[in-house]
Parts: sequence; C-alpha cells; structure tokens
Amino acid sequence: MNPVVRFSALARVLHWLMAAMVLGMLFVGVFMAATEGPAYARLVALHRPMGVAILLLACVRLANRLLVPPPPLPAGMPRVQRIAALGSHIMLYALMFAMPLVGWGMLSAGAYPVVLWGPVRLPPILPHDPALFAALRHLHGWLAFTLFGVIVIHLGAALLHGLILRDGVFAAMASWRRGRRDGI
Amino acid sequence: MTEPRSGPRKEGGASGPASLFDPGTLLRLGAIGLVMMGVVTAFAWSAGWLSPRRLTQARMMDALAAVDGVHPGFRRNHAKGVCVAGWFESSGQAASLSKAAVFRPVRSAVIGRFALAGGMPFQADAPAKVRSMALRIMPPDGAEWRMGINDIPVFVARTAREFRDLLLATRPDPATGKPDPARVGPFLAGHPDVARALALVGARPISPGFGDDTYRSLDAFRFINADGVSTPVRWEMAPMQPGGPAGAVTGQDYLFDDLLTALGRHPLSWRLMVTIGAPSDPTADPTLPWPADRRQVEAGTLTLDVAQSEDGGLCTGITYDPLVLPPGIAPSDDPIPAARSAAYMRSFTLRAGEVKLPSAITPAMIAAKERP
Repeated sequence: MNPVVRFSALARVLHWLMAAMVLGMLFVGVFMAATEGPAYARLVALHRPMGVAILLLACVRLANRLLVPPPPLPAGMPRVQRIAALGSHIMLYALMFAMPLVGWGMLSAGAYPVVLWGPVRLPPILPHDPALFAALRHLHGWLAFTLFGVIVIHLGAALLHGLILRDGVFAAMASWRRGRRDGI
Repeated sequence: MTEPRSGPRKEGGASGPASLFDPGTLLRLGAIGLVMMGVVTAFAWSAGWLSPRRLTQARMMDALAAVDGVHPGFRRNHAKGVCVAGWFESSGQAASLSKAAVFRPVRSAVIGRFALAGGMPFQADAPAKVRSMALRIMPPDGAEWRMGINDIPVFVARTAREFRDLLLATRPDPATGKPDPARVGPFLAGHPDVARALALVGARPISPGFGDDTYRSLDAFRFINADGVSTPVRWEMAPMQPGGPAGAVTGQDYLFDDLLTALGRHPLSWRLMVTIGAPSDPTADPTLPWPADRRQVEAGTLTLDVAQSEDGGLCTGITYDPLVLPPGIAPSDDPIPAARSAAYMRSFTLRAGEVKLPSAITPAMIAAKERP
C-alpha cells in the first residue's frame, strides 16, 4: 500500500481516546437512565467527571483541528460524499460540546450539585428552573441518541473507506505505519 | 503539509474501487453491516430496550401510576405534601464521625417538606398512613445534604424490584378498594423479609401528628471523618415537642392542618440522633432493624418555623435525592438509596415538564394559620 498522509499525532491520540470515552459515556448514560439497580450511583458518579473531561478534551481537539488542518479528502471523491463527511464531522464536534454542556446545564437548572470528585464541585451555569431542567433532561437524551446515530454512521463510513474504497481515508486516522508525509 | 491524494493511491486502480458485486466486496459490506448492527444491538441492550423484564426507572414510574393513578405535575410518590423552612444547628458532636460541613458547629439553612407516602396528591389524611420528612440542609460554606426520611422503623423491601413487586401485589382491588388477599398472600409467602418488615411497620406506635413524629433514615450510610475512618450509621429526627390531642382525626387534611396550626404558634424542633452501627449490623438490608442498644450521638437540632404551599414553595423545584451527600457522608452497600435517586430523577423530569393542578395544601390554608 502506498504511504498515506495521516492526521497529526495529537489528532489521532485525541480521536481514539475520545472515541473510547464518548462511546463509553453513551453506553453508561443509556444504562444508568434505565436502571434501578445499585450500579446507578457509581455510574452517575463516573458520568459527571467523564463528561467534563470530554468537554475539556473537545476544546483541545477543536483548537488542534483549527490550527493543524486535517489531510485532504481524496481528489476524486464525489461532492455528495464530501458534504456528508463535512456535515457529519461538524455534527460530531457540535455534539461533543453540546452533550456535556447540556448535562451541566440540566443539573444546574434542577438544583443538583455538580459534583466532580469528592469536594470538587462545579458552579451552576443556569438558574434554578424546574421546567428548564425537564426540557434539558429530555434534550440530553435525544442528543445522546443523535450522537450515537452519527457515530454509528461514522463507523460504517470509516469501515467502507478502509475495507472497500481503500482510498487512504481510513488509514489517515487508523494506520500504525508512519506515512510518507505525515502531518505534524 | 500535505498534498492531495490522487487516483493511483487507490488500490482499485485509476478506475476506482472494485465492483460492488464481486464476492469479496459483498463479504466486506456484510462485515461492515454486522459491526454496525452489533454496536446498535449493544446500545439497545444497555438502554433496556431488549430486556422487558429489567426494572427501569420508567417501569418503576409505571408501577407507581398503576397503583396510584397518573397525577401530572406531582411527585410520583409522597405526592401530597407541604414545604417548610428553618435551620439546622449542629452540636459539633458528630464532627469526629464525619467531616461534613453540616456537622461543624454552624447553623445551616434548611428547605424541607412534609408528606404522606403514596402517589395520590389529594388522598385523605389518616393516622396510619406513612409520613415523611424531606430535608435539604445547606451549610454556609460547604456542600449540602439531602434526605427523605420516614416515620416507620424499617423499610419494607430490600431492593427496588422487591418494592415494585410489593406495590403491585398490595395495590387496592378496584372492586373492594382493598388489597386483594389472593395476590398479597402468595407475595408475602414468597418474601418473608417483607412480611417481617410489614409486621414491624404495622406494630409501630402512631403519633398524633407530623410535629411529634420520629423520622428515620431506614437506610444505612457511612460517615467518614477527617482521618478517613468510615463508620456505618443510620439516623433519626426525634421530636422535641409533645404530641397534640390524638382525638382530632377528622377532616381530609387534618394532619397537615395540625402541622400548620402548630407552626403558626411556634417553631417545631427535632434532635438529629445518629446511630452508630456495629461491624456486625446489616447495612445492605433496610428491612432489618439494628439492635436497640447501639450508641447514639446527638448531632444537632433541626428547627422549622415557616410553612409554604408547594404551589410557589421552595421545596417544589427540588428533589430530595438521598444521594446528594456532602464529602463526609457516603452511601453504604444498601441498594435502596441508589434506587430512590434514580427514581427521583425520573419523577422530577416527568413532573417538572407537566402542568400541575393546585396542591391539596394551598397558599390560602397556610395564610390562615400564619402568625400575625
């Protein structure tokens, strides 16, 4: 295989780290919202700091994305695919920010303390408003389903590039081999 | 930094990828589909969509609605209530057991709520109905502590599932208005722990009103002190005022009327008594009482001096989630607080998004009893 142009090392580390964290959070989230079992307490206690960690990593990732351009898409890629790629990436980035912010805002509006770890708590970012809490709690769920859907499509598209199109798009993020002209 | 990729990099050659219809491609497409379906299936399992028997929060709400009906805007359990406010004055005596800010020798603001167990917001008061006190204790510089405590000696189920099954087994028969013995009998036979707990609840002394009642955590928690020493505890709020006349038990809202009358005359106080569990005491099973001779520490005094209707009151927009705990108080292996925390979150989400009827205890009823 010809050497590919990979994403920068930082972009690849952030991508795979956050892929694991975000997917893990989605599974933890839907499970804890559907259990009356003893795991609920531990999962909620995990969910809050993980969400804040994802929010912080998303900031680093967005800055990196803006400062270090990603490898270009293959020259022959149809326009529809380019739009789909751009659109899905914008959605992924937007939801990486929206999910933790909506979660934080929801706890704020519900007058729940936003406990990270032991004595470390975050201040509320919205006023105490039960109706707003209810709306944000529903939004948090629907955004989670949307994010999960986009991730599944993203996964399918990535595998399509890697296994069938073999146009270097998959390898740009997933190859262990050093590329010919890797991004920094 | 990069150069555009060009056609020759494609393994399929300049003409693009292999035909969609060659067997290898179809196999790969199938594999991709399987991976996607696998992830979606795992997600659906996590969400409980593939497990009709799993007790989810939504199904707990369904059980409460099946027993008590649907009452939009109200808490799904302990629906009939009134807000109260006051303060908690720590004695400092529990500070060696727990590093929680609320146990430093300070005065903490309190937003509380008295309620009757059950999901019916307009049920008639009656002596034997379970009464509850809910508290949000907010120390001036430190983390808050929330609790919902009840005037029974033990909880009636060991797990959320057992509680749900008890609710459904003892729900009133529409024909008679009473639980159906044909359903209750077999349930209790299969749940001797519930039968034992119900016997203890049935044998409890019943105080005349809210103000002279004792409210207990039922669940075990852990106090953690500054040295990291963890102590199993349960606690109760023991009344400091004697009971009113026990005879006046008439009227739809007599328990609440009495409470409002008492609060209109003078503040009501309770001592927070913390029971120190021995290592042998069960922490995971709230249906089992601890031995009566366990050491108790008087952690402070709760004083309530203001009542408010839930309509516009300060207790309405919060949930008395028993897992809202400050550093220094931690859950034990008792599964009930987590189940309540989960159920309260769902109940809060539902009711806060609904339009509510006026509460049974109205602002006018409160105003009529207020001190001049």
